[in-house]
Amino acid sequence: MAEVDQAQLFEFLCRMGDNTLVLGHWVSEWCGHAPVLEEDIALANTALDLIGQTQMWLGLAAEVEGKGRSADDLAMLRDVWDFRNVLLVEQPNGDFGQTMMRQFLFDAWHLEMLGALAGSSHDQIAAIAAKSVKEVQYHVERSGDTVVGLGDGTSESHSRMQKALNLLWPYVGEMFAADAVDNAVAAAGIAPDPAALRETYDARVGAVLAEATLSVPEDGFAHKGGKSGFQHSEHLGHLLTQMQWLQRAYPGASW
Amino acid sequence: MKPATEEIWSWLDEVPDPEIPVISVVDLGIVRDVAWDGDTLEVAVTPTYSGCPATGVISMDIETALHDRGIENVRIKTRISPPWTTDWLSDTGRAKLMDYGIAPPRAAGGPECCPRCKSTNVTRISQFGSTPCKAQWRCTDCLEPFDYFKCI
Repeated sequence: MAEVDQAQLFEFLCRMGDNTLVLGHWVSEWCGHAPVLEEDIALANTALDLIGQTQMWLGLAAEVEGKGRSADDLAMLRDVWDFRNVLLVEQPNGDFGQTMMRQFLFDAWHLEMLGALAGSSHDQIAAIAAKSVKEVQYHVERSGDTVVGLGDGTSESHSRMQKALNLLWPYVGEMFAADAVDNAVAAAGIAPDPAALRETYDARVGAVLAEATLSVPEDGFAHKGGKSGFQHSEHLGHLLTQMQWLQRAYPGASW
Repeated sequence: MKPATEEIWSWLDEVPDPEIPVISVVDLGIVRDVAWDGDTLEVAVTPTYSGCPATGVISMDIETALHDRGIENVRIKTRISPPWTTDWLSDTGRAKLMDYGIAPPRAAGGPECCPRCKSTNVTRISQFGSTPCKAQWRCTDCLEPFDYFKCI
């Protein structure tokens, strides 16, 4: 198997960690604001899992980079252009329905990705994935159920979910589009070819959306530029000003 | 003289889980290994959930307990592989959870019965509960809500 360039491995690990970090932060903003107590608790727990996974991914990224940075340094001291998350996860919370649609579209990909990474040729990556996938099984079960409940709910909840799907669907394609980094880690047996996950994803997502009486938009257009860092949406900057405020205002502050 | 690892295991069995103090960290199955490396005692700990805030407290509690027993050099090693599973909960731990009002995990994916009235008529409220490791269920006979320690 091909040897992987450490810089590309670092990029790949930042993608995994930035996805969970950015989504985890957005989701954590629901704490105390969700429509009912059970949902509030579920979202807080999901955010907690995602932030915990971030610690492992960015911790390994920092180790691979070998420049003495920590997971916290990567999370709190990089700016927008250094983030490698897909555009889907940086899209704003919107209403509760939009948050749950974003969660489901990501969870379904996350589950397939982690399942494949659990068999990675890189032991530490396999270990992080094997641990995370157990948590993500619960995330996708719940986000899928909620999409069905709201999609096949009242006419108001149905129309909001269809609107959320129309808004977010163009961000799905980026998760499956391979670039040089993906090809390098795939050639080394570290990660799957992203395109290989699409069929299972479409089957799972299609079944849930059908049960939710929602229609998948026909336009296959896909926004790109998040995971390569080429072009993030404006939302990421707003998120970082909140998330990184304390470390920016009081450098080195700790508990 | 260095205490034997069997004795150390029994000391660790007295360290309570910070969020569910009725069970010990050994009952929970997160202490994976205890071994001497020269004069340093190395304790391998496996976190339950990636983001569980109790993980840091557990490591601190283990170190404190061992220092109190006179062990000066303790090294806590976080081991994530193989990942923690509820299969590692001891039988004593399961029984203590039930007495405490938390239904222990079952492969069937739900509680065997209500921890209070023991009725088997139970229904799930939410897959997520007050801590990452628990789900919320309710008894349809006594109508009390209760925690279920979910399988992972």
